[in-house]
Amino acid sequence: MQHDIYIYILVMSAVTLAIRILPLTLIRGEIKNVKLKSFLYYVPYVTLAVMTFPAILHATQSQISGAAALFAGTAAAFFGASLFKVSLTCCAVVFIVELFI
Amino acid sequence: MLISNRQALVDGFRDGIPIGLVYFVVSFTLGITAKHAGLNPFQGFLTSFFNNASAGEYAGFIVIAADASYWEIALITLVANARYMLMSTVLSQKFSPDTPFYHRIFVGFDVTDEIFGISVAREGKLNPFYNYGAMLTALPGWSVGTALGIFAGNILPPSAVSALGVALYGMFLAIIIPPAKKDKIIGAAVAVSFAASFAAEKFFPLISAGTRTIILTILIAGIVAIIYPVKENENAT
Repeated sequence: MQHDIYIYILVMSAVTLAIRILPLTLIRGEIKNVKLKSFLYYVPYVTLAVMTFPAILHATQSQISGAAALFAGTAAAFFGASLFKVSLTCCAVVFIVELFI
Repeated sequence: MLISNRQALVDGFRDGIPIGLVYFVVSFTLGITAKHAGLNPFQGFLTSFFNNASAGEYAGFIVIAADASYWEIALITLVANARYMLMSTVLSQKFSPDTPFYHRIFVGFDVTDEIFGISVAREGKLNPFYNYGAMLTALPGWSVGTALGIFAGNILPPSAVSALGVALYGMFLAIIIPPAKKDKIIGAAVAVSFAASFAAEKFFPLISAGTRTIILTILIAGIVAIIYPVKENENAT
């Protein structure tokens, strides 16, 4: 190995921290532009949705249990269950479904 | 209304418990990759403490294993973690404009997918102490888990890993579904995002999950923002 692992770690960490910290420190005021503001308003919903599906199907040992968790979690959230309860529901559904397949 | 810092810290810690727990479990697997790349438990701990990112660290460990250049690891980390730039920009608007500089740095230190998720779901302006509370579980969970993964390999049964693996997705659902139910536009945006993400994975399997997330987010949120700009009074956050 020609490279130093600590320098690798330093470079990775510097890049990651810059990505995370720069927008928060550089954008100090309220963005007034309506289009940009609207874009940032929709970003969380879109980005979390994109990350959830279809990834949830690959997170489990079988796609069936992943799909079951998706449906159960969506239903629980739709009927107003808390963050913790929705999360727990998904885990329980996967555990139970995988007992049978 | 600004709730007290102490209460925000407690709330963050409470919401962070499932995050820390799942990070602990998921990072074991990351530790195994780190071990293959030649990292010892302390180096794995350091990487995970300062990066706290699954795909970004995974990509980095692959570069380390290949003994590639420092430029390469910088570029790969940038691409794998680029979505955090968007998340951090969103959070910059969730802060009160007079939030001090050091709070911005410390909150920025740990903008993960999950901490971002629970922070945007908070009502009103974001109190930095809420994030600190969540970081109290997330940071040790992720970094200690990585170190133990390097040290011991995967000691958990596959059924437990599988069940806990969906916990974070459940959390995302809890964040996006209630607003989607209340607001038809958000609901449509979520549905389109699911479909587009599925199609993108099917037809462009070579594009990594991180890159797919950022491209689809910019496209979908951008189009929705152009067609349905948010009116001033609706955007209370």
